[in-house]
Amino acid sequence: MKTFSGSVLFLDRSDINTDEIIPAKYLTEITKEALKPFLLEDLFLDGFSTSDLLNKAIIVTRENFGCGSSREHAPWALEVNEINVVVAESFARIFRQNMYNCGMFAIELPKETIDYLFRNYANKKVTISINVDNSAILIESDQASEKIAFKIGEFDKTLVKEGGWVGYADKNY
Amino acid sequence: MGKTIAEKIFDAHRVDEPFPDAHVLRLDRVFCHEITTPIAITDLIERGMDRVFDPTKIKAVIDHVTPAKDSKTAEQEKILRDWSRRHGIKDFFDVGRNGVCHAIFPEKGFVRPGFTIIMGDSHTCTHGAFGAFAAGTGTTDLEVGILKGVCAFHFPKTIKMIITGELKPGVYAKDLILFIIKELTVNGATNMVIEFTGPVVDAMSMESRMTLCNMAIEAGGTCGICYPDMTTVDYLWDHIKDEFSSKEDALSEYSKWVSDFDAEYEQIYEFDISDLEPMVTFGYKPDQVKTVAEMHGTKVDQIYIGSCTNGRIEDLRIAASILKDKKISVAVRAIVSPASPDVYGKALKEGIIEIFHEAGFCVTNPTCGACLGMSNGVLADGEVCAATTNRNFNGRMGKGGTVHLMSPATAAATAIAGTITNSNLFKASIGEKK
Repeated sequence: MKTFSGSVLFLDRSDINTDEIIPAKYLTEITKEALKPFLLEDLFLDGFSTSDLLNKAIIVTRENFGCGSSREHAPWALEVNEINVVVAESFARIFRQNMYNCGMFAIELPKETIDYLFRNYANKKVTISINVDNSAILIESDQASEKIAFKIGEFDKTLVKEGGWVGYADKNY
Repeated sequence: MGKTIAEKIFDAHRVDEPFPDAHVLRLDRVFCHEITTPIAITDLIERGMDRVFDPTKIKAVIDHVTPAKDSKTAEQEKILRDWSRRHGIKDFFDVGRNGVCHAIFPEKGFVRPGFTIIMGDSHTCTHGAFGAFAAGTGTTDLEVGILKGVCAFHFPKTIKMIITGELKPGVYAKDLILFIIKELTVNGATNMVIEFTGPVVDAMSMESRMTLCNMAIEAGGTCGICYPDMTTVDYLWDHIKDEFSSKEDALSEYSKWVSDFDAEYEQIYEFDISDLEPMVTFGYKPDQVKTVAEMHGTKVDQIYIGSCTNGRIEDLRIAASILKDKKISVAVRAIVSPASPDVYGKALKEGIIEIFHEAGFCVTNPTCGACLGMSNGVLADGEVCAATTNRNFNGRMGKGGTVHLMSPATAAATAIAGTITNSNLFKASIGEKK
């Protein structure tokens, strides 16, 4: 299994698409590692700079994250930057599946919970860790620490534990 | 309770249901292109599993950047080419014989009603126009598809669109799908199949149905689906005539791939589109849609006619009918990319290429290039493109560029005027083809 804990980057926008996560001009790369410097290069968000990504391990964002192109380069660009978890109100289907297929987390939380996280933590130094077995997020700042449960299907949980879909499919089909 | 077409296709292909949220389906087709396939191939090699489940069910094409523009794209193409040869994948379309995947694969007869299809390309939803379940996937799903011939999906909840009325002259499938995306929003169909039904869809050509299904993903949809009918059979006939004694026979076989009258839907929409106007996007999301009239006069720098949405022969015919004997504005440049060699060939024979050439268009080889800002028409910072493509994301056609999505008719009129313009200003009766 990958590591699912660390500092949080809040991206306060809905519909962040895969062209923003990794622009198409970098799809000519044939290794995942080559994508590393270009993550979120074209993100359309006031005040955001790619230097904000430094030492971050978790992204918290709004609705429909990862819409658009099917490129798995988007999860890979996250993965090579050691970001293995995105927490959002909702995801585009292909991006979400790609995350679990890579053994990474795309965690959906209700709008009220996402609003609450932004309101209480967006401007603070925060870390999150995911407990895979209990399906819970532990969020910690200087002042507080709390647990938030999330829903995850058995299939998605299995993919995270097995490290992705290729290994599972090879064993079972 | 009856079943939807997608549920029937799932039932006919399900090989496993290991968890309630995973339906593992047997695949009839795995389509591959040179951008998302090479990493799957190199990963399979690294794992010591350089095999394919069935070389006759895998189809491959070089389409995103073609001919190769640099060493990196040449390497991607080489990986796909060598792999196709190594595994006896006969349907590999190399430079010169290649076209945009979602145009060339249906033309070759590879898509049939009732099929399951995946590809590492989000616009794979296009092939649902034939009554197939076709979904875009990432490279890992593609890799497993290549290796095992299976893919896992969630249960296919379905939205039904009933489209009634009659499209006005100058209004096309592209205008209709932009209107539908505006209604659904960019995630209104996430995790769902969109069925396009009703007399307007029944009267549409396969090309127009592909335009509709192609953009299902822009509302978040897994797949767009149209029911197979005689139009589907006619389109496929050259490829299926040895399998059936008559077209009626083929139709009766394919007719099992329609939804039952009492099927359960997540949502049903009914639109009378008789008053629908030509539509165009603004902003950076495909659900930001206005009428062309509202956007009239918006300055553009480049016109692009092509892509898996609107680069087929019907699209080129419509654009040419407006461009005939006219020149494009000196304020703009314009590019047309016929979506496949077959489209290119027909356009040559019909004098359409000459019309584009005389009007001042740059005619390129079939490729996806400009649509996603990879080659053949990339925008500079601050430039604006009127495009018949499918995504107006910020930077999609080049960093800092803006894209307005529209029909080929509107794009042709915009090329002449130099600003966003309704095609009816140049031609009074262009409604023969829907």
